Amino acid sequence: MKISIERAALLKAMAQAQSVVERRNTIPILANVLIEADGDSVSFRATDLDIEVVDKAVAQVERSGATTVAAHTLHEIVRKLPDGALVTLADDGASGRLEVSAGRSNFSLATLPKEDFPVMASSEYSSNFAAPAPVLRRLFDKSKFAISTEETRYYLNGVYMHVAEGEDGRVLRCVATDGHRLARIDAPLPAGAEDMPGVIVPRKTVGELRKLLEDDDTEIAVSVSETKVRFATPEITLTSKVIDGTFPDYTRVIPMGNTRKLEVDAAEFAKAVDRVATVSSERSRAVKLQLDEDRLVLSVNAPDAGAAEEELAVAYGDERLEIGFNAKYLLEIASQVDRENAVFLFNSAGDPTLMREGDDTSAIYVVMPMRV
Amino acid sequence: MPALCRDCMETFDAGRRCPACRGPRVTAHDELFTLSIAHMDCDAFYAAVEKRENADLADKPVIIGGGRRGVVSTACYIARIRGVRSAMPMFKALELCPDAVVLRPRMDLYAEVSRAIRAMMTDLTPAVEPLSLDEAFLDLTGTARLHGAPPAVLLARMVRRMEAELGVSGSIGLSHNKFLAKLASDLDKPRGFSVIGTAETADFLADRPVGMIWGVGAAGQATLEAQGIRSFADLRRWDRKELHAAFGSMGERLWHLARGQDSRRVSPNAPVKSISNETTFAEDIADRDLLDGHLWRLAEKVADRAKAKALGGAVVTLKLKRSDHRSLTRRVTLREPTQIADRIYRTARGLLDQVTVPGPFRLIGVGLSSLRPAAESDLSPDLLDPDAARRARAEHATDAIRRRFGDGAILKGRSLR
Repeated sequence: MKISIERAALLKAMAQAQSVVERRNTIPILANVLIEADGDSVSFRATDLDIEVVDKAVAQVERSGATTVAAHTLHEIVRKLPDGALVTLADDGASGRLEVSAGRSNFSLATLPKEDFPVMASSEYSSNFAAPAPVLRRLFDKSKFAISTEETRYYLNGVYMHVAEGEDGRVLRCVATDGHRLARIDAPLPAGAEDMPGVIVPRKTVGELRKLLEDDDTEIAVSVSETKVRFATPEITLTSKVIDGTFPDYTRVIPMGNTRKLEVDAAEFAKAVDRVATVSSERSRAVKLQLDEDRLVLSVNAPDAGAAEEELAVAYGDERLEIGFNAKYLLEIASQVDRENAVFLFNSAGDPTLMREGDDTSAIYVVMPMRV
Repeated sequence: MPALCRDCMETFDAGRRCPACRGPRVTAHDELFTLSIAHMDCDAFYAAVEKRENADLADKPVIIGGGRRGVVSTACYIARIRGVRSAMPMFKALELCPDAVVLRPRMDLYAEVSRAIRAMMTDLTPAVEPLSLDEAFLDLTGTARLHGAPPAVLLARMVRRMEAELGVSGSIGLSHNKFLAKLASDLDKPRGFSVIGTAETADFLADRPVGMIWGVGAAGQATLEAQGIRSFADLRRWDRKELHAAFGSMGERLWHLARGQDSRRVSPNAPVKSISNETTFAEDIADRDLLDGHLWRLAEKVADRAKAKALGGAVVTLKLKRSDHRSLTRRVTLREPTQIADRIYRTARGLLDQVTVPGPFRLIGVGLSSLRPAAESDLSPDLLDPDAARRARAEHATDAIRRRFGDGAILKGRSLR
């Protein structure tokens, strides 16, 4: 194999590859990226056995072929090369080395046979549809903060992507929860997605997927089966196993009868929460919300550290209410609001609270209160 | 050289025998009357208490431990002469010493004697840091004027009083810090009194193995040995930066300990770091339902202790020991501390469900750590488990009933498995 490729294109492909490759590997081949050159393009394939990413880049292929080389090392080399450099990758098959050269820099890297590289078995996808990048971006960006890291409830370690019945018909829905807060985000159902099986997309896959969604004009080809999910742009194909588990019935924890309504400027609210929480050094800082006629008092009382209080003018017309929340959770859901006011719907100090943006029910959040 | 007779408490200058009573139990050391940090370790404590309770046992080898499959918890000195050691499997101990009297530990009794010993210690100084029922650090700095005698004399009087009033003997280590005091108490057991002064600290440590350092176990020793460190002298050849680079924060500790320096204070209220309970089965268990019953009982015990101390813990640990004694631990960090048995049990059960090793197991344990005040525990209910709050309320009601009518008044069916 011998190819010449622009540094920028190689860097982009390697950045994607190295982030999939685990830093610590007990199986040497998994630290490598598989480089395959054929025709006028070259593909870079990396895997951690759960996720596989293949990035196709344009290159000048002098001699077809394939080899594998340490992904992190090649990424570091390319990163340190000067902008605009033309990089040549060559292996003669005999020495077991990949020669990397650019300008006057030359590197010789150990390789492993391409036959040893595990290629993810292709799957029969039962659903194939296309979704604009901004739609997927919204679905995952607004839900991922609620993904659980708790290993005992592994089925919460991802975003549950499925078809659901929304208020105006069927929707493509993403739900994530860690048992303390929950995010439920809807998007119009793309054609072809009607029979999609619900899948739990793992946290790491969500992170990798995000890199495919930067460009507003890209259409993402989505394929789903019971066990795998695939997202593809013309250049990059991301295939991932899904979490083998049953996502809990989240519908029963979304409060529908909450009537006490608070409307507040989300940015002002978040800033105030952040300010009062400063006095507490505890890991789970509790913020108390005291609601009265168009008035919200936020307060934190940390016996060892001090106390803080801030008043906000809000729209609230219901009876008095005192309720506590974890400051971090409040901040996280408030920061999901980007266009209108945040609307909170409370029941009592012990019941889940619902938050949405204005009257928009296509993105709702539930947060559990905390005893204060 | 100042000397002290531990039989008659006579103080004098040098000599192998006491000039007053001609007794041989003399401790002599240049710094004897200036050192003030001590470690007191009872001699074969559990066995000594049992012998006190039953005069027939006095000249018999006595082993305290649990059941046929248990391990030796304490062996009296007669049994020790035959090779019996603490933590030895019971069957092995009985091979070495077939005529031994094996007794189940009676913790309540030992705790009572321990309280009496602790009272004797606090008569001398408020700075008493108990490490377990039978050992403690004492800081006697500045007490000489109050008691009209130097620390060494006070300590010797105290152990004499323990023997006379409680029938339990102890060994004293006297030095200038906790690390050395603890090493010293072990030098001359039983009924010992050892002194490590500032002048000979370096020489004393030089050829001793680094395994004597608390926290350096078999694995730690192997790591150090890979770097050519076996003794304190080896350790002292490293400079501070090198040690820090090689072993991180532990390196810093090693540098100081290599020089016999230890700045830890004797603190009477050493905070509890973890609460755990474990049980060794009479016969190995592989059946998950049976394990589940044990898990619940242990979770309940741990929760009871946490509640009694007004603490909650954010880390739940499950411990299992296989038939070949290899142990296996799994832990998980909760979002917030808890003291609810139901939550501890469910978390531990989740960990057990993820254990792929089929067993059978000889031991199961549940632990709670990252402890916080109860007021910070169980504040936010689980959205996905709306019944949890109800179960927690039921548990609190159960606790109230048990407080009033006794522990057996109300039980979960699960605990009978």
